[in-house]
Amino acid sequence: MLAKDIIKPENLVYQKTKLMTDNVLSYCPGCGHGTAHRITMEVLEEMGIGEETIGVAPVGCSVLAYEFMNIDMQQAAHGRAPAVATGIKRCYPEKFVFTYQGDGDLAAIGTAETIHACNRGENITIIFVNNGIYGMTGGQMAPTTLPGMRSSTSPYGRDVDMMGNPLKMTELVAQLPGTSFVSRQAVHTPKHVRKAKKAIRQAFELQKQKKGTTFVEIVSNCNSGWKMTPVQANKWMEENMFPFYPLGDIKVPE
Amino acid sequence: MARELKLMKGNEAIAEAAIRAGADAYFGYPITPQSEVIEYLMAEKPHERTGKVVLQAESEVAAINMVYGAAGAGKRVWTSSSSPGISLKQEGISYIAGAELPCVILNVVRGGPGLGTIQPSQADYFQSVKGGGHGDYRLIVLAPSSVQEMADYVVDAFDLAFKYRNPVLILSDGVIGQMMEKVYLIEQRPRLTDEEIKQRYAWATTGKKDGTERRVITSLALKADEMEAHNIHLQKKYAEIEANEVRFEEFQCDDAEYVFVAYGSSARVCQKAVQLARSKGIKAGLLRLITLFPFPKAEIGRLTGQVKGMLAVEMSSGQMIEDVKLAVNGRIKAEHFGRFGGNIPTPDEVVNALETQIIGG
Repeated sequence: MLAKDIIKPENLVYQKTKLMTDNVLSYCPGCGHGTAHRITMEVLEEMGIGEETIGVAPVGCSVLAYEFMNIDMQQAAHGRAPAVATGIKRCYPEKFVFTYQGDGDLAAIGTAETIHACNRGENITIIFVNNGIYGMTGGQMAPTTLPGMRSSTSPYGRDVDMMGNPLKMTELVAQLPGTSFVSRQAVHTPKHVRKAKKAIRQAFELQKQKKGTTFVEIVSNCNSGWKMTPVQANKWMEENMFPFYPLGDIKVPE
Repeated sequence: MARELKLMKGNEAIAEAAIRAGADAYFGYPITPQSEVIEYLMAEKPHERTGKVVLQAESEVAAINMVYGAAGAGKRVWTSSSSPGISLKQEGISYIAGAELPCVILNVVRGGPGLGTIQPSQADYFQSVKGGGHGDYRLIVLAPSSVQEMADYVVDAFDLAFKYRNPVLILSDGVIGQMMEKVYLIEQRPRLTDEEIKQRYAWATTGKKDGTERRVITSLALKADEMEAHNIHLQKKYAEIEANEVRFEEFQCDDAEYVFVAYGSSARVCQKAVQLARSKGIKAGLLRLITLFPFPKAEIGRLTGQVKGMLAVEMSSGQMIEDVKLAVNGRIKAEHFGRFGGNIPTPDEVVNALETQIIGG
């Protein structure tokens, strides 16, 4: 059988979503951002809402998310994505609006915007990629850096007496009445990717039903910032990040 | 056209005029002396009257970023604050200028620096016309000197913001915001429909249709050449604004030998000072600035061929005087007189300053 006999529409089992551009991803090999981008865009495509969605990109490694996500996008100042999304959604309540933010963006400089958007129950979806470090600026300590974890600004390990404790934003926003669905997932194995995609799908379905803020954390790696190989980084994430940031749904609609 | 006459505070007048101008959204945070803006909007329920969105944000920082989001989606959106709050908004204003989004920002200025005082001031001139936030950018700056102009200029401000895709700052102060005067209000203009926004503003992020290019609102260009090209584009726009949008008003300048240069509340004081000076036999006039950027350089240059001296009167320790002196370019005497920290100069003090610093100086 020749290749041309095999490559036919009826035999097609998988293809890249049209909601990802052909631009080459700027992320390091092994990074979870590419997968997180793809499953978010796949959800929009499968729900048929790509034309009605406006995304908000943060400051950080995913600042260029608008180069890869083939939908209308706005790039927000560091930490301000939930406020930018609020401005869009309040003016277009029938559109879908989401933010895509890292841990420095969402859990440090944007803490106020995150908590207040969630507390108002803004009808938006927040995708929060947590790799416990500032990736783009070169591996500095993040609010989510684990106790004892090394970074360029905690070179001897995070000393919680001096530097404070890691902040569990996801548990925090789950306490707020404005959130309807809060979940923590990962994207480093096919099984985890399927679960994470399911959570993102539920988040957008609830946005469609105007159920308030939906929030999906993706615990991810940063092999460059952690100074590990991609395989080592995934193993380290499972052994160290997951016990501190346990995966699963934290808040589901009643 | 029928125009409704009301007695209102400046802060209330601008809020009502913005509703009538067809504004889609307001995002703000309370601060004295401008809290009446959001109080009025909340009391008037514009969301029921016209469909306008009004939201009290958690901070000035959040409010200006809500403005960014709504403006990026093509809506007519505005915010207001007073000096310390405007300082907080500067990051967002820089992003808005960089991303070329239209919006209106009202600053009802109070005395500074720091927490300062709640009394009126004009000490935010540098912040308003020289940048304020980071990077090479300009705001179009309009300076009302009456309650009527608070109402009129917000209508003009939205038009200018969309004409140039540039933020417009209305630089008011605690006097204009708090005092009550009669004001004629325009009739309600309809808000644009979402369909009209889509047709008029191709750059707005309203959802990418299949087969069209996606729209991106950003101020980021990682390559130096791209960023330089964007800056050159911005500078061309600012030059066009300087060529087309200079606005000022002259009061008894025709035969004047001396001219006061002032804007906002100070211009009101100077109008009285002109009368007072003339009663003493001094031929004084007033050049009242309406746009602070663009600055009326050419008109000041023209006046240097006619008058013997200029006194820049400002409720600051001397900011606008720097631009006046640049325009005068050493041809005649130009000095600053100001009361500041929340104090307002009296007409007597202004005439005395003219006599001692310019005529006798």
